[in-house]
Amino acid sequence: MARKVTTRHKIVATAAAWAVALIIFFPILYTIITSFKSETEAIAGFKLIPSFTTESYREVQGQYNYFKPFMNSVILSVGSTLLALLIAVPAAWAMAFSPTKRTKDVLMWMLSTKMMPAVAVLFPMYIIFRDLGLLDSRIGLTLMLTMINLPIVVWMLYTYFREIPGEILEAARMDGASLWNEIVYVLTPMAVPGIASTMLLNIILAWNEAFWTIRLTTTEAAPLTAFISSFSSPQGLFWAKLSAASTLAIAPILIMGWFSQKQLVRGLTFGAVK
Amino acid sequence: MGNITLKNVSKSFGATNIIPDIDLVIEDGEFVVFVGPSGCGKSTLLRLIAGLEDTSGGTIEIDGRDVTNEAPAKRKLAMVFQSYALYPHMTVAKNIAFPLKMAGEDQATIDRKVKAAAATLNLTNYLERRPGQLSGGQRQRVAIGRAIVRQPSAFLFDEPLSNLDAALRGTMRLEITELHQQLKTTMIYVTHDQVEAMTMADKIVVLNAGNIEQVGSPMELYKAPKNLFVAGFIGSPKMNLVTGAAAAKHNAATIGIRPEHLRVTTPGEWKATVGVAEHLGSDTFLHVNSEVGPLTVRADGEIKVAHGDEIWLTPDAAKLHRFDTDGKAIR
Repeated sequence: MARKVTTRHKIVATAAAWAVALIIFFPILYTIITSFKSETEAIAGFKLIPSFTTESYREVQGQYNYFKPFMNSVILSVGSTLLALLIAVPAAWAMAFSPTKRTKDVLMWMLSTKMMPAVAVLFPMYIIFRDLGLLDSRIGLTLMLTMINLPIVVWMLYTYFREIPGEILEAARMDGASLWNEIVYVLTPMAVPGIASTMLLNIILAWNEAFWTIRLTTTEAAPLTAFISSFSSPQGLFWAKLSAASTLAIAPILIMGWFSQKQLVRGLTFGAVK
Repeated sequence: MGNITLKNVSKSFGATNIIPDIDLVIEDGEFVVFVGPSGCGKSTLLRLIAGLEDTSGGTIEIDGRDVTNEAPAKRKLAMVFQSYALYPHMTVAKNIAFPLKMAGEDQATIDRKVKAAAATLNLTNYLERRPGQLSGGQRQRVAIGRAIVRQPSAFLFDEPLSNLDAALRGTMRLEITELHQQLKTTMIYVTHDQVEAMTMADKIVVLNAGNIEQVGSPMELYKAPKNLFVAGFIGSPKMNLVTGAAAAKHNAATIGIRPEHLRVTTPGEWKATVGVAEHLGSDTFLHVNSEVGPLTVRADGEIKVAHGDEIWLTPDAAKLHRFDTDGKAIR
């Protein structure tokens, strides 16, 4: 029997959903509010309506160069995502369309690397990076972020490719398509939504990665995560400025996430429901 | 042309032998139906002919040319899949045009052929739609359209109607038969539905556990099944099989009587009690418990019998099928 959904149910459920969303979003919201306060206001106590001063933003911009870490964030997240896709697309392809007995094990092994605490390999990684001269370099950090997110990218793409019915590829073969034509005209157009949402999610993950980006950089390759982190020690007591810096760091990804939420939700639930 | 010859074709998946050894000749222009229960190897056999699976042994020839190791695209065959396998991101027109595009035809020829195919299949008004916006029957027509545009030497159908509802299945069955009469191209059609096999085929190939049990026209198979398997598989409702004394009387281990060859008479040979009477209007199917075991009788549509009634049955002696202890027909 179908459950009866009354208007009251709907109102209560909607209100509850908004409440949960607000609780989750509140720290970010309060950071944004605080960034529009003066330092005296920020330290005075809890207050939801700021005086809407942009003084903190001007100071952050004046004292520190926001543009450089911002560009580093863009280069690192986009670069590592493209590199990861370059490796993961053929890998996921092979696993989805010509699986062997060990394919599932390989996938599990890849994912298991995500279960290890990053700090466990901090010293070996640091030493390797130091010896290879990769410390505080964009190339080094791009490689690092690629390696960190590769298992997730492979998993997501694998799930997508698995959804493409084999019979469609066989139909293309019967229709006279060469392997190249099969990839260009049939496979790729069908996989584009999957590749796009994987790309979006990976950019977000790379953008927000803070453990390695803070520890393996100083100034040259430092992205926004390191920018905020460096801000918090000398400016620790200046909450408004810290909030302004944080807002500047999260704004680009928040805006991108907002505009691509449809693809992201589709990407995260793909395969779960048909 | 569309002569297809299979010589000692076999197929194994690892240690599992799906098709032990098959020899088969399909003549140009024939409508051949592979029929058999699930897992009998009929789809595998079709996929071997298509080139979608590699043979483990033997050769496949199309028009005298050995294609055993050729890619599917080179065999000049077209296939219609059970799931339709349409390209979801392309419109109907582009789906139908795809094989022509792959063959490198010019745009004007493609447009002309697509329009002609769409007209044949009543798809003209749907050319700009995508597969997702079509009904099951329309999707199946698009799949057929994609197959006919390239004028292949043979069509391969892999259970194409099994996803459709009963009424539509009847219509599409007729349409495919008409298409065959119109195109006169070789068609190989795989199904587990013996009604489709009987109504559509010029030649039926009955498969069981990867072996050919019998090859023949629908009426040959109906009138003279070679063994118990074919006897039980072809015909609806199924042939009644009787063993014991009643069979021994006819010098056989088993005798087979089709439901339409049993008459309700008074008096008769076997006494029976009616279990279920299915009144279809034109016919009545009686499922009875008789002294020789459970039987199915195809009686007149007007017959007035109900559950529990006692009746007498007489088999038509001229249409009796006799089988030996190995299940082989005794002629």
